[in-house]
Amino acid sequence: MHHPKRGITRPLTAGLATIAVVGGLAACSTADDAGADEAGGTYTWWDPYPQHEDGSDWANRVQACGEEAGVTIERTAYDTTALTNQALLAAQEGTSPDVILLDNPAVSTLADTGMLTTTGELGLDTSAIDENLLAAGVVDGETYGIPIGANTLSLYYNAEVLDDAGVEADSITDWDSLTAALGKVTDAGHKGITFAGIGTEEGSFQFLPWFWGAGADLRDLDSPEAVEALELWKGWLDDGYAPDSVINNSQNTVWEEFLTGDFAFAENGTWQVNSAAEAGFETGLVQLPARDGGVAPAPTGGEFIIAPVQEDTARYDVTRQIVECMTTPEGLVETANTFAYYIPPTAEGQDALLEENPDLEPWVEAVRNAKGRTSDDLGTDYPKISEALWTAVQNALSGVDTPADALSKAQADAEAATS
Amino acid sequence: MVLALPAPRRRPSTRGSARGWTAAGFAAPLLVYLVLFYAYPLWRNVDLSVHDYTIRAFVQGNAEFVGLEKYAEIFASDTFTTALTNTAIFTLASILFQYAIGLALAVFFRSGFRLSTLLRAMFLVPWLLPLIVSASTWAWMLSSENGIVNSFLGAFGVPQINWLTSPDTALLAVTIANIWLGIPFNLVILHSGLQSIPGDVYEAASLDGAGPWRQFWSITFPLLRPVSAITLLLGLIYTLKVVDVIWVMTTGGPGDTSTTLAIWSYREAFGTGQPDFSPAAAVGNVLIVIALVFGFLHLQIQRRQEDS
Repeated sequence: MHHPKRGITRPLTAGLATIAVVGGLAACSTADDAGADEAGGTYTWWDPYPQHEDGSDWANRVQACGEEAGVTIERTAYDTTALTNQALLAAQEGTSPDVILLDNPAVSTLADTGMLTTTGELGLDTSAIDENLLAAGVVDGETYGIPIGANTLSLYYNAEVLDDAGVEADSITDWDSLTAALGKVTDAGHKGITFAGIGTEEGSFQFLPWFWGAGADLRDLDSPEAVEALELWKGWLDDGYAPDSVINNSQNTVWEEFLTGDFAFAENGTWQVNSAAEAGFETGLVQLPARDGGVAPAPTGGEFIIAPVQEDTARYDVTRQIVECMTTPEGLVETANTFAYYIPPTAEGQDALLEENPDLEPWVEAVRNAKGRTSDDLGTDYPKISEALWTAVQNALSGVDTPADALSKAQADAEAATS
Repeated sequence: MVLALPAPRRRPSTRGSARGWTAAGFAAPLLVYLVLFYAYPLWRNVDLSVHDYTIRAFVQGNAEFVGLEKYAEIFASDTFTTALTNTAIFTLASILFQYAIGLALAVFFRSGFRLSTLLRAMFLVPWLLPLIVSASTWAWMLSSENGIVNSFLGAFGVPQINWLTSPDTALLAVTIANIWLGIPFNLVILHSGLQSIPGDVYEAASLDGAGPWRQFWSITFPLLRPVSAITLLLGLIYTLKVVDVIWVMTTGGPGDTSTTLAIWSYREAFGTGQPDFSPAAAVGNVLIVIALVFGFLHLQIQRRQEDS
């Protein structure tokens, strides 16, 4: 059992916590009463937001959820890739934190190791969560976490550049009209489009709307549709519609390039909404087009809240309270506002958010249409396929291989890695 | 272990064995340190490479023993040949240019003109900067569209070179950055080596009518040979295991075109969010063996120098 830090304060119920002195009188003599809520105690919390320091809105919000459950939360922030590695190491050592916020495609990988509790074990209700968003946390019919919010990609445009080149944003409905628009913009002396083709998960994340928009399937990386999608990107590079820097661009770099005001289009996510509003030029948003028109399915981004298995199962009760605090409709809206870029994963939460901020409508729409990267039963295979995919993108864009060759190599690698 | 033995043998008395224990006691902290921080990690690395550590097995600790299968996999991989060639080119080009430029600068600073100490100190800057800073700065300078290098070359009519994103130049770009980083090390060691060459040798040579060029090849270079050998070998071992510069600048890409063995190992283990510890450890062990060969060569040369 976990003993409270201060021995004399053992309130009989959580509600008495505020008048702990009274409770303390009795506590000196009574033995530990199993099953009663424990006040005090420290719960550990890891998240991938090192940009939010102690004392930031986010850190305070985490702390508030701890206080509500009557415990102190010790929060540690890691970089996204490092967080997965740290979580695996901690699980191996048997020192897992109580709660982790984890990037959604990594959830199935951790779940597969047996280091996560299911939502059933914790007693959490996931029925309100949008199915397309919850999918990333479902492995073999069991759910291993709850999304605390979702984001996805869309196409930002610079209205001034489009005006100057005489391009109507509404005219962009499929690949051909987009490429034609890029041609006009470039002829008018501006730069066309920038995106992130970097050799990491971000590269796959940005390529997927085009990949899926062509009708390609992640199980079949070298299909003609997949080749077409990669040829589209490669063609933009060859025609000078996209800068060479896209090969090494992270999504942040893409945004920095867009903010220079030179580019007509940038592929980026919900998290730039505030920055776009503050840009030195007028910006707008079009949905990423599919090859033959319509909206391409973009991948969902965002973190899941997960609870690793603990030796002391008595801790789950408080963990559940912390998780619930983060996933109530009010909690989800508060998270969305704290970050300014999270769309709540429940219909109720989305409605509440739109009431406060109707401008986010296109993003709510985009998130509803978005597709989980680990869906289609890919699960733990996704990260391996994704690695093959971003490598192919790198090889094709840099000219190491043709798109078709790069993708057929990728398919061979993916098959070898997942068999 | 070895340290404690000779004493009791010479004096086989009870006091002697007590002495042995004392000696062992004094040696113990060092031995514990060596075992903890050298022997154990090495053993663990070998252990990782002969088991199949999938992510699940890593957490549950029940990895299957697969013997040398992981080694067979990496040797058969396409990346292996590329990485080995790249490692060789990267390492040899780096140490060759680092040495040549370092030596030229060392000779230059030998004359001890005004402000030479200050200038020499400034050459140490690459050494003082955190690697993440210098590597990021190089990546900016070599950026295709906005880099200073391309805009400088552009002024002379050279078309845009995609330093970091073209398969033809990526390895060259990271090698250039690494050469710049290694010059101070060579400069310092060679400069101190030059101090040990007595000045009267040069005086005698100039009396005999030897010019600076002749002096360099007949005096400086031969007398500096022992120091040179050590500098080159240390440089070689350092350069073999460079990860940070390449990772920050190109992450070994595009494709595998700037992937060295060290980068490959790092990428497998930590670079993808999908850790593959077993092949990473196998590549790491191959790298250790290569470094070890040159390490022994180093010891051999040192011993020969001490004998002579």
